[in-house]
Amino acid sequence: MSDNSPISYSDKKYKVLGTRPVRHDGADKVTGRAQYGADVQLPGMTHGKVLRSPHPHARIKGIDTSIAEKIDGVYAIATGEDWPDLIDKVAELGEGAVNLHDLAQNCLAVGKALYKGHAIAAVAARNVHIAEEAIAAIRVDYEVLPAVTCVLDAMKEDAPILHPGLRTETLDEPSDQPTNIDRHIHFETGDIDAGFAAADVIVEKEYKTATVHQAYIEPQVSTALWNEDGHLKIWTSTQGAFTARQQTAELLQLPVSKVTVTPCEIGGGFGGKIPVYLEPVAAILSRKCGRPVKMTMQRDEVFEGTGPTPATFMKVKLGATRDGKLTAGQAYLAYESGAFPGGMIGPGTMCVFSCVELPNAVVDGYDVCVNKPKTQPYRAPGATQAAFAFESTFNELADQLKIDPIEIRQMNGVKEGSQRVDGPVYPRIGYLECLDAAQKSAHWNTPLEGPNRGRGVAAGYWFNIGMKSSVSASINPDGTIHLLEGSTDIGGTRTSIAMQLAETIGIPAEDVLPKVVDTDSVGYTDVTGGSRTTFATGMAAHKVGLDLLQQLTARVAFLWECEPNEVQVDGDVYRYRSQQMTFKELAAKLPETGDPVIGRASVSPEGSTNGFGVHIVDVEVDPDTAKVTILRYTAIQDAGKAIHPSYVEGQMQGGAVQGIGWALNEEYFYGADHKMRNASLLDYRIPTCLDVPMIDTIIVEVPNPAHPFGVRGVGETPIVPPPAAIAEAIYQATGVRMTELPMSPPRLWKAMSQR
Amino acid sequence: MAKKQLITAIINGEEREFACEPRQSLLEVLRDSLQLTGAKEGCNNGNCGACTVLLNGEPVVSCLVLAVEAEGAKIETVEGIAAGGQLQPLQQCFLEGAALQCGVCTPGFLMTTKALLERNPHPTEEEIRFQLAGNLCRCTGYDKIVRAVQAAAEGAK
Ligand code: FES
Ligand code: FES
Repeated sequence: MSDNSPISYSDKKYKVLGTRPVRHDGADKVTGRAQYGADVQLPGMTHGKVLRSPHPHARIKGIDTSIAEKIDGVYAIATGEDWPDLIDKVAELGEGAVNLHDLAQNCLAVGKALYKGHAIAAVAARNVHIAEEAIAAIRVDYEVLPAVTCVLDAMKEDAPILHPGLRTETLDEPSDQPTNIDRHIHFETGDIDAGFAAADVIVEKEYKTATVHQAYIEPQVSTALWNEDGHLKIWTSTQGAFTARQQTAELLQLPVSKVTVTPCEIGGGFGGKIPVYLEPVAAILSRKCGRPVKMTMQRDEVFEGTGPTPATFMKVKLGATRDGKLTAGQAYLAYESGAFPGGMIGPGTMCVFSCVELPNAVVDGYDVCVNKPKTQPYRAPGATQAAFAFESTFNELADQLKIDPIEIRQMNGVKEGSQRVDGPVYPRIGYLECLDAAQKSAHWNTPLEGPNRGRGVAAGYWFNIGMKSSVSASINPDGTIHLLEGSTDIGGTRTSIAMQLAETIGIPAEDVLPKVVDTDSVGYTDVTGGSRTTFATGMAAHKVGLDLLQQLTARVAFLWECEPNEVQVDGDVYRYRSQQMTFKELAAKLPETGDPVIGRASVSPEGSTNGFGVHIVDVEVDPDTAKVTILRYTAIQDAGKAIHPSYVEGQMQGGAVQGIGWALNEEYFYGADHKMRNASLLDYRIPTCLDVPMIDTIIVEVPNPAHPFGVRGVGETPIVPPPAAIAEAIYQATGVRMTELPMSPPRLWKAMSQR
Repeated sequence: MAKKQLITAIINGEEREFACEPRQSLLEVLRDSLQLTGAKEGCNNGNCGACTVLLNGEPVVSCLVLAVEAEGAKIETVEGIAAGGQLQPLQQCFLEGAALQCGVCTPGFLMTTKALLERNPHPTEEEIRFQLAGNLCRCTGYDKIVRAVQAAAEGAK
């Protein structure tokens, strides 16, 4: 059974927070009525399709569309020639920045195809079938170039170069050699040599991880209508309507006010639906044919043409004294950024040692272009890979020292006041509390018996980024509040945000009616990503509540002819001397007290806060096939304050299972021709129901000092620990230490037979 | 382009007629011609289960069924589960059990579960997981979905 009672480190009692109301959009979703991107229907709608490069690296010498144009029912064709002149400009998109020039080329190639699946041309036609016929009729003259799809090969001096103009961004003087290494990050603290000299035990290991994809179930889909008045309307599946607007407007050189983005219900994203792919292309096609254009990707296009997360090569070296105190740590991380610069190396370098106090450390990170799709954030971008390397090395060190893996983490774990290797000092955090909860858990205290079985544990860390959120609210005479927000709802955030307003006003969650609106209808709001939505947009909801409260007490004071500060507010009850009134009663009277009551709030919390988790896993390894079965799984995480515990558990369970897939099965499998061999959901196998057990959860609540209710975002941390935890469990079961992901049967079997 | 054919089928209890090309899938016709957009397209090649509907009571992936094959058949989609403005207990269990996050897999899961519970009202966890293994969910980790199905089966006792 699931042991899911929150372990709270706060005495605060709440009325709404911590309860489990049914989500506001629930009925629409279980009846099939919710409007996802693919459900958009407009009069006169046409359908767009993209022609994609069959080559991983090729010069485009010419594109002949003459035959395709003549097909009956073909309305427009677009190529990279249709981009306006784009200057090199970098736009910040929440979970990373993007160079607009590169972004445009990623949406429709100019000059070169940089990966198999790279968009080359697009067609709008009466229906998808005709569009597909037209795509097949476009002739492209390619000069095939040598390709590179492995990070280590791409770093070699004689590697095929993707961008001849690229120079490494580094603190040192850049060399003038063409390179695929776009960035070198270096952090240093203490004295690394002295640190290793003080160690009794040193463990140094190399790790590799494969390219994996977010694999949301809903493919990318967008519809664009470029109106005769010059206004562009877009309906799309996106994690951020405003960032989609910004990217599209900048790529098409339009003022943002000329673009309206309506975010549809989104069928998953995990970071992969932050960049635009189809939106600007559909817009160009719509301008050309004067009709709405809908574009939907097929599954192979999602795998080959949208962002996976980086494959990596990593080295971690740790030194410790005999009694288990870490003295030094060194990390070398080489991450693929895909076809264009700007991968996930930044957070990778910040997260690699984020769970331990390390007096002496050096971190080197490299971001490297390869002939694969441009990498994109995937749930705690860059952290899972780094944690696989660090936590695995740490487990091996604990094993050599014969120290319990939880105890060695308690001994070295970060707490308030600890400094991360890259500089920041932690405020109040809940890592040690998670370790304690793990140690006391039913799972940890139940002996694991039976042959070929093992138990592993690992920790994980991720930030909560702040950034901008806006909301507005209006009070209805029936005692409900409409709440307009700009954060697209992927996992139930309409509810977790509405609950924070409800708590502030003291009314039931059901009486706040949240709505995700288009970019014309609410203030600027950053993406749903970075574990920021419940945290930052929730903060805005709290703030709008305070704004409303102030107005409400003024109205009460008007009714009772007293001063606003004489009105006592206790939950939803307003009192002055012997008079009292509930919020509902007040709402009904508001029309007689003056103007309608509306509130607004925007926030941009600075910096980031911190989320920690610890996972425990039991596995059984079949000695004949090397298939790993997950027998039992417990995820423990600090939620600060769990607004809606079911949704927190859901994030922990979903993240854990994605991590299990990453650990055991998922990978882009490449042939010698640098082409992906498994671009379908059959061959790129994400976990099914049958591959996993129930995922037990323990929520720890150490309030976040940077949030009025103590909230920490919880969406991303749970994908970080699984690969390292499972690797340790496999070692305990088989005596084999796996240092490469995925730990799939062929790879594990080979390692086991070489033992 | 091949000529369109006229097909008659019972969809969610109503007799419906539609014209389709032989190359069109049932999913495409349900969504684009009949405006029944509850069934979702996740892969269009039979691997994700998001497009599951019931064909003569059996769950099928509608992206792999040709619309012309529906002639004379009884088809149930997610739009047909709730009756008379009331959610069915199964839908209620998914809602109360927080068995959905993004919700795009939900219509498929509901249809597969409906067929499962009609055939086997008291499945074990193993049987539930086996029957639902053709429906992929990337968000929930399946725990809450399996529990929602268990709760629905409980209620059916
Ligand atoms: S869309 Fe039919 S199974 Fe995926
Ligand atoms: S809830 Fe998103 S795929 Fe299942």
